Amino acid sequence: MSAEKHSPLAQFEIKQLIPMQIGDLDASFTNSSLFMVLTVLGVSAFLVLGMRKNAHIPGRWQSMAELSYMFIANLMKDTVGNEGRAYFPFIFTVFMFVLFGNLLGMMPYSFTFTSHIVVTFTMALFVFIGVTIIALVKHKMHFFTFFMPPGVPMYMAPLLIPIEIISYLSRPISLSVRLFANMLAGHTLLKVFAGFVISLGLAGIAPLVFVVALTGLEFVIAFLQAYVFAILTCLYLNDALHLH
Amino acid sequence: MTENQPNQEEASKSDRFFEEKQGLAEIDRKLKEVNDAREAPSKLASKIKQPPGNVLGLAMRVSVEVVSALAIGFAIGWSLDQWLDTRPWLMLVFLLIGGAAGILNVYRMASGFGYGDNYGQAEENTEDKGDLRKEE
Repeated sequence: MSAEKHSPLAQFEIKQLIPMQIGDLDASFTNSSLFMVLTVLGVSAFLVLGMRKNAHIPGRWQSMAELSYMFIANLMKDTVGNEGRAYFPFIFTVFMFVLFGNLLGMMPYSFTFTSHIVVTFTMALFVFIGVTIIALVKHKMHFFTFFMPPGVPMYMAPLLIPIEIISYLSRPISLSVRLFANMLAGHTLLKVFAGFVISLGLAGIAPLVFVVALTGLEFVIAFLQAYVFAILTCLYLNDALHLH
Repeated sequence: MTENQPNQEEASKSDRFFEEKQGLAEIDRKLKEVNDAREAPSKLASKIKQPPGNVLGLAMRVSVEVVSALAIGFAIGWSLDQWLDTRPWLMLVFLLIGGAAGILNVYRMASGFGYGDNYGQAEENTEDKGDLRKEE
């Protein structure tokens, strides 16, 4: 039992909390779903309660809420431009969801839902399909010129177009794998080194120091990956709106 | 005295009004300065396009880009093989193309155009061409 408990991968186990069955589909409420709900509640509380005073001179909490808003607003202004404004709510939601999910996962005994490829791939797929639809609606058939870089001689087309298409299709995979792999690797590493602390006895101080440093790094990564997810979504959106 | 007072009051009032207006202009100017200063660093697009990260992070990003393109190439080739019964040739071809796409992804990422499929300088050129096309 103890060996199982100390496995570095035990923290990623999905546990059914409220079993549910819709037809053949297992739609149970799991610890993953619980932490997603907690994330949504946390983000809502952070923003709504932070802004409830709506003061001209913001307090600390309101400053933080405004800061996160301005952060994404500036990011979108820099990467997408003014046309991107309509998509601000989506990008902001994605960013806050991933960020709070990552940060919640940093709490002891919690569950990191962003360390599951199902979750990140679903988000990436939504981004990918949404962005493609936006591009198709905006540019109609002109969208397909996207796969033919400008200034390329015609005889290169049979080789270049498949390459460009594969490059385009690889977006949701690289988007989701980046987030999932970072979270998975970081949390596994933390647990592995935490395991050394006890088993090494007095010499366990060395891994303990390392774990402390690693925890700090993990907080940076939690933020960075949310940022990267948001900025990539912005860049894809920019491509969709402006082609090239 | 009694005649002077309202005049004086008026004068001081207009003075105050003038001062207030000046004060507003001053505030306006300062606000603009602050806003400009805030905008200036964000204009450094390079800062945005290359998110901070250590070497390990860079290695991670590069490998993810290559592997994801390879996976897509493999998937396309494999399913085409299933469909056309040409195993294993299309899979091999598409694996190669997938590898090329992976290198292309990495090249785009590394050459400072960010992660997106922007063509950097080519972008400006095409804008001109686009305008020409519209005129035609």
